[in-house]
Amino acid sequence: MSELTLQNAVVVGADGVLDGLNDVVIVDGIVAQIGSNLAVQGDAIDCAGAWVGPGFVDVHTHLREPGEEWKEDIETGSRAAAAGGYTAVVAMPNTDPATDAGHLARYVADRGAQVGLVDVIPSGCITAGRAGEKLAHLDELSAAGVTLFTDDGDSVADAGLLRRAMEYLAERDGVVAQHCIDAGLAAGGEMHEGEISSRLGMSGVPREAEETVIARDLSLVRLTGVRYHVQHVSTAGAVDLIRDAKAEGLRVTAEATPHHLYFDHTSVRDMNPTYKMMPPLREPADLEALRDGLRTGVIDIVATDHAPHADHEKDHPWEDSPFGVTGLEWAAAVVNMVVGLEPEGFFKVLSCNPAALAGLADQGRLEEGSTANLVVFDPEGIADTNGTVSRSSNSPYLGLEMRGAVRMTIYRGRVTSRDRSVADPVGAAG
Amino acid sequence: MKHLLTMEGVDRATLDSLLDDADEFYEVMHRPIPKVPALRGKTVATMFFEPSTRTKLSFERAAKALSADTLSFSPGTSSLKKGESLKDTVLTVKAMGADLMVVRHKSTGAAWRVAEWADLPVVNGGDGAHQHPTQALLDALTLRQHFGSLDGLRIAIVGDIRHSRVARSDVWAFTTLGAEVTLVAPPTLLPPDLSGWPVTASTDFDDVLTEVDAVYVLRVQAERGGASVFPSVAEYRQRFGMTDARFARLKPDTIVMHPGPMIRGIEIDGGVADDPRCKVLEQVTNGVAVRMAVLFQLLGGSRDE
Repeated sequence: MSELTLQNAVVVGADGVLDGLNDVVIVDGIVAQIGSNLAVQGDAIDCAGAWVGPGFVDVHTHLREPGEEWKEDIETGSRAAAAGGYTAVVAMPNTDPATDAGHLARYVADRGAQVGLVDVIPSGCITAGRAGEKLAHLDELSAAGVTLFTDDGDSVADAGLLRRAMEYLAERDGVVAQHCIDAGLAAGGEMHEGEISSRLGMSGVPREAEETVIARDLSLVRLTGVRYHVQHVSTAGAVDLIRDAKAEGLRVTAEATPHHLYFDHTSVRDMNPTYKMMPPLREPADLEALRDGLRTGVIDIVATDHAPHADHEKDHPWEDSPFGVTGLEWAAAVVNMVVGLEPEGFFKVLSCNPAALAGLADQGRLEEGSTANLVVFDPEGIADTNGTVSRSSNSPYLGLEMRGAVRMTIYRGRVTSRDRSVADPVGAAG
Repeated sequence: MKHLLTMEGVDRATLDSLLDDADEFYEVMHRPIPKVPALRGKTVATMFFEPSTRTKLSFERAAKALSADTLSFSPGTSSLKKGESLKDTVLTVKAMGADLMVVRHKSTGAAWRVAEWADLPVVNGGDGAHQHPTQALLDALTLRQHFGSLDGLRIAIVGDIRHSRVARSDVWAFTTLGAEVTLVAPPTLLPPDLSGWPVTASTDFDDVLTEVDAVYVLRVQAERGGASVFPSVAEYRQRFGMTDARFARLKPDTIVMHPGPMIRGIEIDGGVADDPRCKVLEQVTNGVAVRMAVLFQLLGGSRDE
């Protein structure tokens, strides 16, 4: 029997923050008891000053396996997730080959289960090979357990094709998650279009590249009734569109990334491709709109868009470097520092809402009898930013002073990370 | 000065010092033996990751006139095509014994990255549409030679400002040296946000034409017409070309400049290009002189002969 007792924590349960300081007793992977001054079972961990809540769930992770294992693989990505407080990640389908058929989704899920450090939930492509030309094997993907569909990295540009995907997926209550960037407006775009891009002579990605896609998609959501999720919202105008869509009653959710909450386009001034991602870093007013969107529930989720790239791929000038930054390890610190949510709201955007979007019944929930997927987060602790657990180090947070430390991650009752020291995988590497 | 990467933020004293040295080297270039031993034993690597003829030739001419050796790199013969990172390429050339690198690259900030990796003096020979500082210096030298000073000069820069590293460099050099700059272009070829630029902007060339002391004509990349940045090359010429008719309306002492290569019949008519008030060849000569000054200052050359 494995037992563990977390003591003296601010506990965020299914109905919000419990009064006073409480203990959580975990027995055989299940939350056995929550209450004050409980009898210790197994090791006792003093969590004074920390919050204990459901483990974080990332609905936007690039694990790069299969096909680009020099950047990351399911094991190293799972380790980075555990270090960052995550107990589940949704793997993006822009692998090589792209996850556009059932067996490919099962491969990802099986590798995740072998590693056994977090739930690895495959997402599936909307179009075959992410080519935007014909539908992916949506039935097969559904049968393999996929509920979230996206061509992430590209928008589905053809509105007719997207409409058919929406109709097809609405029938089975799937989620269409869109990377909203209009390829024409963003053509050649390397960064946010504005003062800095003008000064640097780089082609810009105007806010409208994102907003026109969302506006178009929302009218198709109105037509088809599908569940629709806006990935990595980056502009204030997009937040307005989503607010209005929710007020209208459309089944819409949205995510913001840590980097869009933390950095603005002035970070690009030094032309270091560590700050290169799509959508690009925007302006302070956009950051404030995203933060406010999270506070008011217009934006439901903080999702990392963890996008590892090897050093040698970023050892180039800006335009020759790939888009993307890692994010799993310090996302919670960013939320803690810049969004300013109370513990209940903090776990909503990092755990509960993403678990609901991904349809994960044993994630995003902390109550007696629930699966022990938990995180111990110290909001006043200093985050360790001296190195990465991920295989890739394209992180803009390295070396920053950050407040908010993941003390412990518990996945199905097992401690998978303690102060960034990550447990061994459960199964042998496949 | 450790590197020469940009014209933005470079102060007047630094510009004056480089232009003063360039004047001296201009005189050297016109001696019977146009060569000094100032950089003997030094090696200048010209690393042109983007095709370029004149800038590369100009830097190599400048290095040789200072008695430096040159190492020449061009992408057609490089490992970049095999997927080598820029960092590895740079460290490889450094390991061969370069003392200074001149970097030309289609991507923004390339010279900054090279400076970070190589720990050598670096001259930006043009990065993307961002900066081309030695072009601005040679342009400033040309204006200074002709007018004596840039103070109070009115200069129009006409053409594809949005994609021009020449414009982005000239704007700072010219205004720091006291000139007033007006950018003239169709709206699609102006940068989307000019906040903080010490310039005025206009889409009406004819309105600006008669007011200025110098017209700086930028090359039109004809393929931009295909990308629908302007409707056609003919319409561009009609509104923004330095035509013979517009040339006739300039003040009699106004000069015309161009960074080359000129596309006659599009942005500049042949009659203008061949007029003595078009200073293109002076610019080319001055390019060698200012590059000598830059190499000399960055490599700490000695004036003793």
